[in-house]
Amino acid sequence: MADLAAPVLDVRGLKTVFQTRGGEVHAVNSVSFHLERGELLGVVGESGSGKSVTMMSLIGLLPSPPADVRAGSVMLGDRDLLKISAAELQAVRGAKVGFVFQDPMTSLNPVFTVGMQIMEPLRRHMGLSKAQAETRAVELLELVGISDARKRLKAYPHQFSGGMRQRVMIAIALACDPDVLIADEPTTALDVTIQAQILELVKELRRKLGMAIIWITHDLGVIAGIADRVMVMYGGQVVEQAPVKELFGNPQHPYTRALLKTIPSLTGERADRLQVIEGQPPIMTAAPTACPFRDRCAQAFDRCARENPLRRAIDGREVGRGHDVACHWTPEVAHA
Amino acid sequence: MLTYTLRRLLLAIPTLLLISLVIFLLVDFAPGSPMSEIPLTVPPEVRQKMIEAMGADQPVFIRYLLWLRQFFWVEPAGLIDGWFGTSLAEGQQRIISWQTRSPVFVTIGQRIPQTLTVIGSAYAIGVLIALPIGIYSAYRQYSWFDQLGTFVAMVGYSVPTFFTGVLLIVIFSVNLGWFPSIYDTTLKVVDWDSFIKQVMQMALPVTVLALFNAAEISRYTRASFLDNLSQDYVRTARAKGMSEKTVVLKHVLRNSMIPVVTVIALGIPSIFAGAIITEQVFKVNGIGAALIGAIHANDLPMVQTLTFIFAVLIVLFNLIADILYGVLDPRIRYD
Repeated sequence: MADLAAPVLDVRGLKTVFQTRGGEVHAVNSVSFHLERGELLGVVGESGSGKSVTMMSLIGLLPSPPADVRAGSVMLGDRDLLKISAAELQAVRGAKVGFVFQDPMTSLNPVFTVGMQIMEPLRRHMGLSKAQAETRAVELLELVGISDARKRLKAYPHQFSGGMRQRVMIAIALACDPDVLIADEPTTALDVTIQAQILELVKELRRKLGMAIIWITHDLGVIAGIADRVMVMYGGQVVEQAPVKELFGNPQHPYTRALLKTIPSLTGERADRLQVIEGQPPIMTAAPTACPFRDRCAQAFDRCARENPLRRAIDGREVGRGHDVACHWTPEVAHA
Repeated sequence: MLTYTLRRLLLAIPTLLLISLVIFLLVDFAPGSPMSEIPLTVPPEVRQKMIEAMGADQPVFIRYLLWLRQFFWVEPAGLIDGWFGTSLAEGQQRIISWQTRSPVFVTIGQRIPQTLTVIGSAYAIGVLIALPIGIYSAYRQYSWFDQLGTFVAMVGYSVPTFFTGVLLIVIFSVNLGWFPSIYDTTLKVVDWDSFIKQVMQMALPVTVLALFNAAEISRYTRASFLDNLSQDYVRTARAKGMSEKTVVLKHVLRNSMIPVVTVIALGIPSIFAGAIITEQVFKVNGIGAALIGAIHANDLPMVQTLTFIFAVLIVLFNLIADILYGVLDPRIRYD
């Protein structure tokens, strides 16, 4: 009997390194997080902070070489996804873990019908016959809000708009009733009204199906609307993690605070210019020995260059369960 | 799709008429006389009589219109007569070669089988080895297999066939004596022994041409496959948990075949026309050799007819390539 309180996904100490001509790039550094049943975890960070690479590492979607998942464990239920064979991992992908990618214009195969692309995982993972798969595909298209579904099965992706293609991608990801849905910036490539529709759709599907969702984005506004818990990533590591209200109300890490200042406000006076975070995220050519944010951080002091801060809980609860931050700075430092 | 095909076929008619006129005029304006291969001892008045007998003294537009009528009406009618025993073309003048004084299409009918067996099988073999090599090279980019394939393709594509042909003759015919250097057109395949002989005499010309064709097509296949392997939809297919075989041989293959099929289809007319040099090197008495012979002898009807047939094939295979393009890629279905 599976423990109902146990997280559906538990990632510990994940490390991913890319072998490049210029040496190694440490894209994911000791990332640990978990996902409860039915929970929506938002993952935030700017481009290059390791969000997508982390999620792709979980499920063996990074081409190897150059990628090399070095260490850690990824427990999905009672299985470690980093230890099972390639064939077993294939059986997990699409069945237990569904993926929705950023650009719906290129994520569907242009030469196959939408129906065939939805039916493919159904037939492979669930062993459905062609007729059964077709019935299920119609159900799925209706579920994601595409009308006239039976006729649309025979359509090709280019006959669909961007928003509809993203709905199809969601239908594919949900086809086999996965435990976890990983959505990698699913609304970034869509225009704003369509974004809102997709967000509503995901909220509704979550109510109906109850799967756990990891939502990767660099848009904090989106996160505020849908996430239960937020994980902020920078330089391939988790720098802050908290329930969504706590994170927005009481941001601890200087990077999180800077990110929050970049959101334009619709209310109140527009007194200041919108804040930007100067500089670029670092390219990690070695395992980090110092805080990756120190060069862009206004509060950095000598300790930040000497050691990489570990995540510490600020509310007395276990790291990962409550609010935790990876930063050396504390009010005491300021007064010292 | 059908409307598109019909429209293209209709459009092909004025195109081909224009091509035929250009070919006819160009060939006609070239210097030379159909009598140039007649011995000098033949008196001028006899020559004049011969020229009149062939109709070569008629103005160019009359000869063109006659040729058009013969090509598009008399010859097809004769073909139908041959199949159904009718007599549509009875008593009508066919296109006559000035050199052999026999119908041009009789010569073509004799030469085509040689060309198709040697050049055609070389093309087919070239395609069949090029596709897997191109696919595997792309899938294992920068592996030793890919490096070797790139090297061989570079050599195969950049060294001309008349050089590889002669080189193979020197090595395998002259020094080793394994294969004959001259293709014997009179050989008939009746039993196992003559079949083996046929294979032996085809080996060298087929190798030369297949190497050349495979080099070109494998490069196209590799490039197209590489383009597609890094596409987002490939990642989607993997994320759906499809097996590597399905990902590569279904999702990627179908997409990467779109440009390759065009290259293959457009290369087919060159089977008929382009292997002239290889036919010369190995003395294969095919259609290319017939064209060269006709040019030497100022045999205008033969040259005009053959060139026009090549033009028809090119137009036809362009159309076929476009249709296949539409079949493979739903984004450009023409309806």
